[in-house]
Amino acid sequence: MSTVFARTDHSVVGRWWWTVDRWTLVALAVLIGVGALLVTAASPSVAERIHLPTFYFVIHQAVMLVPTLILMLGVSLLSPRGVRRLAFGSFIVFYFLTALTLVFGNEIKGATRWVSVGPLSVQPSEFLKPAFAVVSAWLFARQHAARAAGQFFPGYLLAVAVFGAVLMVLMAQPDFGMTFVCTAIWFAEFFLAGLPMVFVLALAVMAIGGLVGAYFIFPHIASRIDRFLDPAAGDTYQVDRSLEAFIHGGLTGTGPGQGTVKLSLPDAHADFIFAVAGEELGLAATLFIVTLFGFIVLRGFARVLKDTDVFVVLAVGGLFTQFGLQALVHMGSSLHLLPAKGMTLPFISYGGSSMLALGLGTGMALALTRTRFPGSESR
Amino acid sequence: MTQAGNFVPLEGAIGSHFGPALPESVGHPSSMTVTVEGAARQTLEQARTRLVVVGALFGLALLVVAGRLVDLAILGGAGSNNQVRVAPAAARVVRADILDRNGHVLATSIATASLFADPQKIIDAPDAARQLATLFPDVTYGEFLQKLQGKNRFVWLRRHLTPRQQYDVNQLGIPGVAFEPDERRLYPQGSEVAQVIGYADIDSQGIAGIEQSFDDYLAKGTDPLRLSIDIRLQHMLHREVAAQVEEFHAMGGGGLIMDTHTGEILAMVSLPDFDPEQPGAEPKPAPGEPDPHFNRMTLGVYEMGSIFKVFNTALALDSGKVKLTDYFDAWHPIKIGRFTIHDFKGDELPGYSSVAKIFEISSNIGSAQMVKQVGPEAQEQFMDKLGLTKKMSLEVPEVGTPGIPRPWRPINMLTIAFGHGISVTPVQLVSAICAVANGGILRPATLIQRPDGAVPQGVRVISEETSDTMRRLMRLVVTGGTAKQFGNVPGYLVGGKTGTAEKIMLGSYAKRHANLSSFVGVFPMTDPRYAVFVTIDEPHGNKKSAGFETGGWVAAPAVARVISSMGPLLGVPAVDPDSPVIQAKMEIDVNPVGRHIAPN
Repeated sequence: MSTVFARTDHSVVGRWWWTVDRWTLVALAVLIGVGALLVTAASPSVAERIHLPTFYFVIHQAVMLVPTLILMLGVSLLSPRGVRRLAFGSFIVFYFLTALTLVFGNEIKGATRWVSVGPLSVQPSEFLKPAFAVVSAWLFARQHAARAAGQFFPGYLLAVAVFGAVLMVLMAQPDFGMTFVCTAIWFAEFFLAGLPMVFVLALAVMAIGGLVGAYFIFPHIASRIDRFLDPAAGDTYQVDRSLEAFIHGGLTGTGPGQGTVKLSLPDAHADFIFAVAGEELGLAATLFIVTLFGFIVLRGFARVLKDTDVFVVLAVGGLFTQFGLQALVHMGSSLHLLPAKGMTLPFISYGGSSMLALGLGTGMALALTRTRFPGSESR
Repeated sequence: MTQAGNFVPLEGAIGSHFGPALPESVGHPSSMTVTVEGAARQTLEQARTRLVVVGALFGLALLVVAGRLVDLAILGGAGSNNQVRVAPAAARVVRADILDRNGHVLATSIATASLFADPQKIIDAPDAARQLATLFPDVTYGEFLQKLQGKNRFVWLRRHLTPRQQYDVNQLGIPGVAFEPDERRLYPQGSEVAQVIGYADIDSQGIAGIEQSFDDYLAKGTDPLRLSIDIRLQHMLHREVAAQVEEFHAMGGGGLIMDTHTGEILAMVSLPDFDPEQPGAEPKPAPGEPDPHFNRMTLGVYEMGSIFKVFNTALALDSGKVKLTDYFDAWHPIKIGRFTIHDFKGDELPGYSSVAKIFEISSNIGSAQMVKQVGPEAQEQFMDKLGLTKKMSLEVPEVGTPGIPRPWRPINMLTIAFGHGISVTPVQLVSAICAVANGGILRPATLIQRPDGAVPQGVRVISEETSDTMRRLMRLVVTGGTAKQFGNVPGYLVGGKTGTAEKIMLGSYAKRHANLSSFVGVFPMTDPRYAVFVTIDEPHGNKKSAGFETGGWVAAPAVARVISSMGPLLGVPAVDPDSPVIQAKMEIDVNPVGRHIAPN
């Protein structure tokens, strides 16, 4: 590492530089670079198809990158307590906004998920997600901390209540993908917080039950799952194109911008950007992307393995679970390992709201994985 | 504390779980143990262990993703169970076209989309039904609602949408409804060839005519099927038969054009007909009314009347027992049992008449006297040889079985001589006429174009010489006999035979006004190429026909008009009938010197 900051530098930024996980920072920077390349390659054809200026998505993505980086780095300066406060604040604000979408939302493709703030359209549930991860983690951890101190705090009960409230508003939109991610975060944290194995199994059964229920209640989910299980049954056009892209790309790819799959996939710049990567950059690059995500998530987990603060362990576990799961679902969908589910690939797919929310989430994760010194922690 | 010391590998964490879990093993200063103890410490350790589990699961999932990436990129997805490359939803085979002999389309298929619903996936059935009903005004809201609220997982909402309708339905964006690629049968010639082609149902399954009998072939969609039909001739024949049916207020009618040498059916008309694109549009005919779906030419069996005198005369002459110079009593009615055979008033021939004369003016009595010379057995054998006693083989499912006498008694022989007491399909009749006229070879009729030059050998039924005589006799009918008013077409040397059969109604012969009036014309008589047959069912005589309802007055004009249209079209050279060469070929003596054979 460079010596921009002297180790004796005790300014806020100086302390940050010596305590933040710089490996993760580098990995994120590379990820953002790959994303910029892929959006530049994949989005012009999509933009032209929907009669937008050719570089509409490229410019938007570049413009969104600035506030995202500022948000991420700014949040990563916070102490665990600061993170907790920020999470609580944003949880309340964005929960309220998400609830508002039900009333004032713009309906896009059959669901109301967006609210307009001035000229901007934001999807508040994207921001709700990291805030929810931290709030739940704190509630789980608080009960343990209170018990250790001989007190009682109904953290688990509150965590269940918060989860229920989030679930309710997300299902009302309806946003199955977001519900799935929030459920996964919550269960991951509950699991980390010491959920007895019997309940783990019971909850796993319930989760499967929920999926089966969703299959019978929501027609579009049923159709997606049907198509996944039996490709001949219906329209598997997108997934077929996606798989062809990986096959076409082979080992070395066709070269950036040289692919053809983006011409026929409606969401090539978002939900199927991994397929564009597979075609244009080839196997070496897709394996590199997989490795990057693996590195970021496992590195994040490793950072907190010896942390003594249960809250930090749970929150980081939840945040990286969200980050990793989103990547996994995106890649799994485009490889036909999972039913088609529109989910963005973190920092690579195009998407203003999701980008900014990622800045918030990774910022909090970076803040919590910073090296802390005994006694420097303040609650 | 340094950076390096802060990064603990996963193994180390697992080790801490199995180890004594001393505070030191976590690598933190001992001062931390003050706050981390008892239950809290256990919680923390469990959280760490479980974090390793979550991390391991995630790593495993990424390995699966990486494996799949390698599988696709290097092996082309070969290692995959859900093979995508092989399953581009097998494109629907479109049913093959049916063409006429010149390649004109008689039946074709277009790709359409059909709308279906999965009622279980319909969120708001009344709303969906209301929206759909506004798009399809011919279907009621109630009908859609009923379908959308059904218990099944699949229901057709509407078949064969136009692209515009499909677009409109897509714009509605109703979840739970979707399109299935479909195909629809079109018949560009409308009703004109309806009974021959038949039709295919809404699922493109042939259920009548050629569509039914060649269903498997057509469904494969490989090559179009070429019929022997010539749509131009079909149109002429249809036009002329329809004109006669209308002019004589007839119940219906039919017509056939056949190639005399190959047996190919070039045109086949049966009236009334129907629109094969809407086969069920008309109500079922009342009893006594003709059924538009009924193919008179293949399924109908009729007593053809005097046309049978062609076979009777050919039989008598070919047997050698009757000579062209023989004379028979065509004057005295024949009494046999309780039946009496006589002729139409005005048709009687005083005294004895020659074979040619009997044929020319179509005497029933004379014909019956002639056949007595050969006997019932020879007659039955001959009819059998001509293919008139058994169900014929033809490429449509609608084929009628002839009605023949069992046993074949002398009385049957006498009536069959003039075409009563035996009923055959018009196709069989015309095939046999072609055999008599073409030099004596019977070839099976067909609706499918014969491959180039592949004319079947056929079966000889009469000698060349008898056939030559029969051509002269048939020419005589047109130049001087029962068809002389209307049967002739200048330049085309038409020959033929009229037939006016009294229809059997409720088991007995009807009185006047229930005739089947027919004419078969063959041309050119010097070397016949085409036979044209027209039959009119229950014509009503009018002023123009001077009240006549006979084949010569009702059917012959239509045949003549068809020949005058098709002759030039098919390049049949017109000839001068008065030229000595033609005269020599067509000459026949109606009053030869010969023996008189008395009725016994």
